Amino acid sequence: MNANKKATPYRVITAIALAILAVLFTFPLYWIITGSLKDAAAINSVVPQWFPLAPTLDNYVRLFAKPSVRWLLNTVIMAVAAMVLTCLTSSLAGYALAKKRFTGRQLLFSLMVCAMALPKQVILIPLLKEMAFFNLHDTLWAVILPTVGWPFGVFLMKQFSENIPTEMLEAARIDGAGEVRTFTNIVFPMIKPGVGALAIFTFINSWNDYFLQLIMLNSSKSLTISLGIAKMQAEMATDYGLIMAGAALAAVPIITVFLMFQSYFTQGITMGAVKG
Amino acid sequence: MPKGRTLEPRSKALARQETISAYLFLLPSLLFFITFVIVPMFMCIFNSFFDYTSTSFSFTGFDNYIRMWKDPVFIKALKNTVLIVIVSVPAVMIFSLWVASAIYKMNSFALSFYRCIFYLPVVTGSVAVTVVWKWMFNKYTGVFNYVLGTTGVIDQNISWLGDERFAIWCIILILFTTSIGQPIVLYVSALGNVDKTLVEAAQVDGATDMQTFWKIKWPSIMPTTLYVIVITTINSFQCFALIELLTSGGPNDSTQTIMYYIYYVVFKLDQFGYGNAMGVILAIIIAIFSAIQFKFGSQK
Repeated sequence: MNANKKATPYRVITAIALAILAVLFTFPLYWIITGSLKDAAAINSVVPQWFPLAPTLDNYVRLFAKPSVRWLLNTVIMAVAAMVLTCLTSSLAGYALAKKRFTGRQLLFSLMVCAMALPKQVILIPLLKEMAFFNLHDTLWAVILPTVGWPFGVFLMKQFSENIPTEMLEAARIDGAGEVRTFTNIVFPMIKPGVGALAIFTFINSWNDYFLQLIMLNSSKSLTISLGIAKMQAEMATDYGLIMAGAALAAVPIITVFLMFQSYFTQGITMGAVKG
Repeated sequence: MPKGRTLEPRSKALARQETISAYLFLLPSLLFFITFVIVPMFMCIFNSFFDYTSTSFSFTGFDNYIRMWKDPVFIKALKNTVLIVIVSVPAVMIFSLWVASAIYKMNSFALSFYRCIFYLPVVTGSVAVTVVWKWMFNKYTGVFNYVLGTTGVIDQNISWLGDERFAIWCIILILFTTSIGQPIVLYVSALGNVDKTLVEAAQVDGATDMQTFWKIKWPSIMPTTLYVIVITTINSFQCFALIELLTSGGPNDSTQTIMYYIYYVVFKLDQFGYGNAMGVILAIIIAIFSAIQFKFGSQK
């Protein structure tokens, strides 16, 4: 809190309310992690055990007896591939949209903004037929490719690319640098923080994009961790210990990634909101 | 409109060269965009005019569109979806603005701390969040019934997700916790960008905190508010995982939403054309909502 501010009743109440809310908002995560360490008796007790009194790894043993490592691996492969491809295509396209003058530029940009406002889920149903046509159904590609096609990344990279001073690009041109060299030596280093933001954003979003995964993937070899948990829940609805262990396995890696790169992430959200 | 200058081509030949190179830069991205966004979009519109199942494909004109207004489940889903939007959008906006106002002047550690806390439910992922809420709402072993029971709010255990009166409010509550992370981040940055000299001038003139907020801060964060309203509206319209994992639209269709109903119609009833028609309607509704909000917001 700001030291030169007086502690008015309003401020005190706000601080207390914030602290309570912080506890409430972390509670589900706390409940996942502690739940994953409880035995069946503790899980099913009517009086909740606020802290696992007899922690056990039994739920994890049962979780790893299932193909959960495979699910996790699939999720990582999917999220990393979506991230790399998105960053690559979006940084190229965003730069061209921000810094080049060409026929169709305005139209293209408007098209992308409109597409972003439409509910993504609606197009996923025809996408399913398309993936069947490409023979990609039930492969991780069916999840990766639509994620890369989503124009948010291009939009974000356009915002970042606009900060590149045009004088630098002109100077490079006068010095005889080709398009590719200009991009790799001048543009890319300047939009690196933007690429970082987009990378982390895409990684987290594709990790958690349950609907897309649900529609595209169904055989047990191609399940992601989200689908794996959903499947366990459908089969053993009240085995909360096992389900919480699965939820922890899904949530902990992604939360760790988020905490490590959260400043990039925040920057990505705010830049993405600035309208062009 | 784009801010900043673009590279000025100096002659016609150079202009053509510039266009070609621009499209080469755009090519990889366009390939994905056209194949996996634009084409499905047109397919969605096209298929909506067909009686399209795994065994049939015949043109039926506007039949799918007419059918949905006579479909009581669709009407119920539409009502529920609108209810979710009407409740959650103002709640998310007011709450996130309040939190952002309370934290944006804090030191960077405290600020990041709170931002992370409120973003946690989003990052945790819809499935992990949903399964733990399902347990918390459980009639016998859930913390809700225990806490409310011991504090005397309720006298007998409630089956929260299995009761028509409560299920949709449970969904709205969970949706709320997973919706406020992004607005808070946006508001913190918008409030930080409010012209400090204006705020100080107002304070010198004796304006109260409330007056400074409504007369100076509120107008200057208006674009952010608008954006928050639009993304929250879109998110609420698309609420799917919560429904699928918690209630499957039940009990008695009381938590049926358009998004879930589309999924149900396509994947459980094999009515591909009908599902697409509802998708088109959903897209139109969202477009109208967004347009109204923009119109309303741009009037000062």
